[in-house]
Amino acid sequence: METMGSELVNWSRGQFALTAMYHFLFVPLTLGLSFIVAIMETIYVKTGDEKWKKITRFWMTLFAINFAIGVATGLIMEFEFGTNWSNYSWFVGDIFGAPLAVEGILAFFMESTFFAVMFFGWNKVSKGFHLLSTWLVAVGSNLSAFWILVANGWMQYPVGMAFNPDTVRNEMASFWDVALSPVAVAKFLHTIGSGYVIGALFVVAISAWFILKGRDVIEAKRSMVVGASFGLLVSIFLAVSGDESAYQVAQHQPVKLAAMEGLYKGEERAGIVAWGVLNPEKQIGDDRPEFLGDITIPYALSFLGYHDVDAFVPGLDDLVYGNPEYNIESATSKMVKGRIAVEALTAYKAAKKAGDDAGMAAANEKLQQYMPYFGYGYLDKPTDIVPPIAITFYSFHVMVGLGIWFIVLFLIVLYLLMANDITRFRKMLWLSLLSIPLGYIAAEAGWIVAEVGRQPWAIQDLMPVGIAATQIDAGNVQISFWLFAILFTALLIAEIKIMLRQIALGIHGGH
Amino acid sequence: MFENLSLHELQIYWWIIISLLGGLFVFIMFVQGGQTLLNQLSDNETEKTMLVNSLGRKWELGFTTLVLFGGALFAAFPLFYATSFGGAYWVWLAILFTFIIQAVSYEYRTKADNFLGAKTYETFLAINGYLGTFLLGAAISTFFSGAAFVLDDNNFVSWSVSTRGLEALLVWQNYLLPFAMIFLVRIIGGMYFLNNIDHEPIRAKTRLMVKRNILMFLPFFLAFTAWVLLKDGYAYDPETLKVGLVPMKHLTNFVEMPAVGAMFVIGVVMVLVAVFNSVYRAKNCCIFTMGIGTVLTVMALLLNVGLNGTVFYPSVSDLQSSLTIVNSSGSHYTLMAMSYASLMVPFVLAYIAYVWYAMDRVKITEEEITSSGEHHY
Repeated sequence: METMGSELVNWSRGQFALTAMYHFLFVPLTLGLSFIVAIMETIYVKTGDEKWKKITRFWMTLFAINFAIGVATGLIMEFEFGTNWSNYSWFVGDIFGAPLAVEGILAFFMESTFFAVMFFGWNKVSKGFHLLSTWLVAVGSNLSAFWILVANGWMQYPVGMAFNPDTVRNEMASFWDVALSPVAVAKFLHTIGSGYVIGALFVVAISAWFILKGRDVIEAKRSMVVGASFGLLVSIFLAVSGDESAYQVAQHQPVKLAAMEGLYKGEERAGIVAWGVLNPEKQIGDDRPEFLGDITIPYALSFLGYHDVDAFVPGLDDLVYGNPEYNIESATSKMVKGRIAVEALTAYKAAKKAGDDAGMAAANEKLQQYMPYFGYGYLDKPTDIVPPIAITFYSFHVMVGLGIWFIVLFLIVLYLLMANDITRFRKMLWLSLLSIPLGYIAAEAGWIVAEVGRQPWAIQDLMPVGIAATQIDAGNVQISFWLFAILFTALLIAEIKIMLRQIALGIHGGH
Repeated sequence: MFENLSLHELQIYWWIIISLLGGLFVFIMFVQGGQTLLNQLSDNETEKTMLVNSLGRKWELGFTTLVLFGGALFAAFPLFYATSFGGAYWVWLAILFTFIIQAVSYEYRTKADNFLGAKTYETFLAINGYLGTFLLGAAISTFFSGAAFVLDDNNFVSWSVSTRGLEALLVWQNYLLPFAMIFLVRIIGGMYFLNNIDHEPIRAKTRLMVKRNILMFLPFFLAFTAWVLLKDGYAYDPETLKVGLVPMKHLTNFVEMPAVGAMFVIGVVMVLVAVFNSVYRAKNCCIFTMGIGTVLTVMALLLNVGLNGTVFYPSVSDLQSSLTIVNSSGSHYTLMAMSYASLMVPFVLAYIAYVWYAMDRVKITEEEITSSGEHHY
């Protein structure tokens, strides 16, 4: 295995990031809106009130516009593992492919089959079967999110596998360890939570616009009640699942956690930076201050990461250079072990070629012993284990800050809807409307934390991105990157324009 | 249950599933075929809208089958996934591009303010129909003609030519299957319309189209079949796994696996019977005969290329790098675990069939499409 040129690796990463970020503009709304629409249709079926049918169909139309482009970008993501990350696909395909296939069998067919009933079946199937179909679309969407996040969770925290030197790949040893890994479960709950919040924000914001315009006010207020109630519940759920996600990161990806918090020197009773400006001059291992200015909540990081206010949270300096006092191994030491693993693999293959059984057994024993460090064998220098700090730090803080705002927003909107006349609070309605992009910014920021914070690893500790990519001239990927960028952007513009027009037509407009 | 099967038995089981999915995918490509017929089978916008709406209720199934096909290949034969998708980069990316533009076109085509205009989205559907089908056919054809890759001792792939898959278009035999597939999916698309749209002018044009396209399909299909059956095939020794060329390997496979041979013959006959009934006996129900025939034919071809010691993805750059179900599969554990997941497939097929029946019980009519109470594409 050889490390590939940085130009190729960066373009390959760029293309995947581009696809993922476009995909995640559409998926969260699908996840959230599918449930909201299902709740609305349930109210319609329960009450028989035709207004609720109108409301359901209005939001369903917006759902469909968004859904189509989400499906398109999702297909590309699946195949890009093969087209741009072919070494990765072999090295871990035995584990990674399974959740994707299960996703196809269990989730996608459910989604796509009942999608057709949901849109075209109003006059073709019974009310009950139609409602069931709408719920199954929601369940299918979320089930598909589960399996893809199992796959992603495994990249962050590889479990349930063993390395086979004969096939030179990792092979699955326990399906349930992979599927129910605590990282995967936390990631799933947090990610669908973000989708639900975006769905709720979308409904609240567009309803606010109708109220501001004085159009379809009754339907808009009804939609807003559903959106804000759902939103308040799920935004609190999002905060709780975020806490669990951070805990998992602390346990399994301490370098990512340190980057998220801009923590260079580890400490006990570590605080969380509520607000801070990173010092751009700061380097790992030097004595410059970490921040130009910051406000810290004491003890919070120790508690968040380890559920213990006294716990020691390692900083980047500790993780790169080691800290014997807290039993933290240096990256250099891990790199030495990683090289032993890589050499043992080479020795195993040589012994196999020579028919030397004893040599194979000895090499394999050493390989298995040092396998947890395998990926470190391909790093050049200890600081390579550190992801881009500024982007990880700011993305994390933007995400958390916005998450808190959403709870406040839903709380106020719901209060005004229930206890007052929200139509008189125009500033609040405007704030609701302006919060739509904030939901997307928070969701994208979350992905940046997860994926940029994972660097340099494609698979945590096992495979750096430098050996995971497809061996191809970088120019090819450069061209395909721009083709994707142009196409996705054109389709995004189309989607937004269509969406805006459909909204402008109103809840009583055409479908 | 699956624990007791050997690795090789699981590899065979999964190749059978892949072959079935391949067959189902080609059948569901009637959506692509239909997309090439939107102008030909319509005399006015209403008729075109009827055609689009008929296909629009099924396009997702095709998309999903493609995704499952990819996922199942990734899980069951990851070395193929890594080798072909990463190697034949431009062929697969071009296929993906044609599917991206398909996905949005149904929903966006008639929507106000759709940025690119209805004609563009219709062109997207046509591109997906023609080019998507053609390229998929070319990609499958390389199962028989080979591809230019080398695997190193880590099983990491490098491609021997910089055209990254497009070189397949320099082999003339690789045009036979793509053209056969284009005409085939147009015929299946026509039969789907006959069954799904209750509108005589469209039905009359469709029967004529099927009649013409079967005449175009047959020469390409027969030429492809003759090429495959008579050419030297790539085979491996079950003991040493050494790959070599064997005269008329694929013909021998049909003889040595008579069930697969029979499946192929029955499939082709069913396709011809369906065409005959549609065109000469003016029946509208032939989509199912046609569908089963297509699935059986494609499945038999894929079983032929993967089983009985046959190489399913030959390397023309380094014969010993060629992929077989033995050297490219997932581990015993993964195949076993996935086999349990595959038990869900009949259940999935059952609810798809039920929904298809429930939704298509009432055929699409002009009244439905022109009424404002329904969601339309």
